[in-house]
Amino acid sequence: MSKTIREINDRIASGKAVVVTAEEIISIVEKKGVEAAAREVDVVTTGTFGPMCSSGAYINVGHTKPRIKLGGGTVLINDVPAYAGLAAVDLYLGATAIPDDDPRNKRSPGDFGYGGGHVIEELVAGKDVRLTATAYGTDCYPRKKLETLLNIKDLNEAVLFNPRNAYQNYNVAVNPSGKTIYTYLGVLKANLGNANYCSAGQLSPLLNDPLYKTIGIGTRIFLGGGEGYVVWQGTQHNPGVPRSENGVPKAPAATLAVLGDLKKMNATWLKGASFQGYGVTLNVGIGIPIPILSEEIVRYTAVRDDEIFAPIVDYSKAYPEREPGSLGSVSYAQLKSGHITISGKEVPTAPLSSYPKAREIAGILKSWIQEGKFFLTEPVAGLPGADSGYAFKPLVERAIA
Amino acid sequence: MISKRIVLHFPRRLVGEPVVSNLVKRFDLDFNILKASVTPNEEGLMVLSISGDESACDAGLAYLTDAGLTVEPLSEDVVRNESRCTQCGACTSVCSTGALAVDRATMEVRFTSDKCIACQYCVKACPMKAMEVRF
Repeated sequence: MSKTIREINDRIASGKAVVVTAEEIISIVEKKGVEAAAREVDVVTTGTFGPMCSSGAYINVGHTKPRIKLGGGTVLINDVPAYAGLAAVDLYLGATAIPDDDPRNKRSPGDFGYGGGHVIEELVAGKDVRLTATAYGTDCYPRKKLETLLNIKDLNEAVLFNPRNAYQNYNVAVNPSGKTIYTYLGVLKANLGNANYCSAGQLSPLLNDPLYKTIGIGTRIFLGGGEGYVVWQGTQHNPGVPRSENGVPKAPAATLAVLGDLKKMNATWLKGASFQGYGVTLNVGIGIPIPILSEEIVRYTAVRDDEIFAPIVDYSKAYPEREPGSLGSVSYAQLKSGHITISGKEVPTAPLSSYPKAREIAGILKSWIQEGKFFLTEPVAGLPGADSGYAFKPLVERAIA
Repeated sequence: MISKRIVLHFPRRLVGEPVVSNLVKRFDLDFNILKASVTPNEEGLMVLSISGDESACDAGLAYLTDAGLTVEPLSEDVVRNESRCTQCGACTSVCSTGALAVDRATMEVRFTSDKCIACQYCVKACPMKAMEVRF
């Protein structure tokens, strides 16, 4: 049995496509078997909603009269610095940027109450934001100062462009040390007081296509409540990590760079977040449709939480010191039960990635496809795969002569 | 049947008295200790949720006051801003009373304000700033 994306799109156009979520496919395959499921189901939808720091948006604000060259100048949006090292009125606003006067961790743990992620959320929500800028002035761009309100509807372009999202699996963070620590995986209490994890597990996009057989460059996706595309492998893409027999990586592996029109997105699915003692980030909602082209693909999408394993990592020492090794491995089924056992100790678990929101995204994408509003794309190129040799390297420091 | 959350301050001389168990014996009240601390040579502090008939609650509170304790209602409330909460679950790791807990069937985060002692750890730990203090 095999299908093509074109055939599936024809079925979507005629309203006949059978679309189920990555949760629903599990019991379908259990009841009917791989062969029947592959024949009957056309698309499986996935979802994830969690903090993704490597996110941001580029905008073009339009030209003032007289003109100003923000490029090379200093630009703040709601007091948060934006990157202006581009052409005259192009800016990039990164999710983790914070105001210059934020106290940071001066009194640890800092609050990090507002930053780039929140500015993006407010822009998407249609709120006015304050732009204040200084420039050096040129013959063709004489103006040196600008203070104005901006609204997303008036911008020429507002494009979400995230260099690394949708991590395929992630670490479980713990703290065996004697004092509380504050990390990007949340507050970790001393003496293995808790274990925090961050993946949608059986609903997560890349865990349902573990060997990137359908997701590639050009794949159309749900991004921030609108449509977007996979535009490249994400930074730190690391497909060569050890895998289980089902092909699922046992450690953080693939990542995606994604892009989409911010003007068509929704603040429900792009939310600024503050990690105590760590910083600001953006919670991003992503959903990826997986075309059921073969029995092999449907088998991948039927993966369950008890078949996906994550490494337990010491964030008090091993992670900051970049020491290899883990304190063991646990399944997402164990993590979702609320407790795991580490060195004989029962440790409560907490998620940072919202499973209910991941389920909701998979459901929205399913209904878009069922209603004929969203069609699948054929990737124009694949992602570097498990045997490609593509790997995530550390920085080897070299002395500056 | 009503339920109240109260803060009790014990003077040093009453730390050894079974005042709380008397609430059960004499007034037929249920109680749940949300937080308790007694340090040597200092007063004791207890945050208690009591439930029972309204008249029994009033009588029980009068008993505590007569016994020499200071009784105050829990004056701070932590509330959840539902429009900011994304149901992630980060708060559940710092909540010591189980007021914030994950429903394992749906993975949704339940907030049971009756169990909340207003320690406010969740207010800081929530990445979405969805937990707010009301006075």
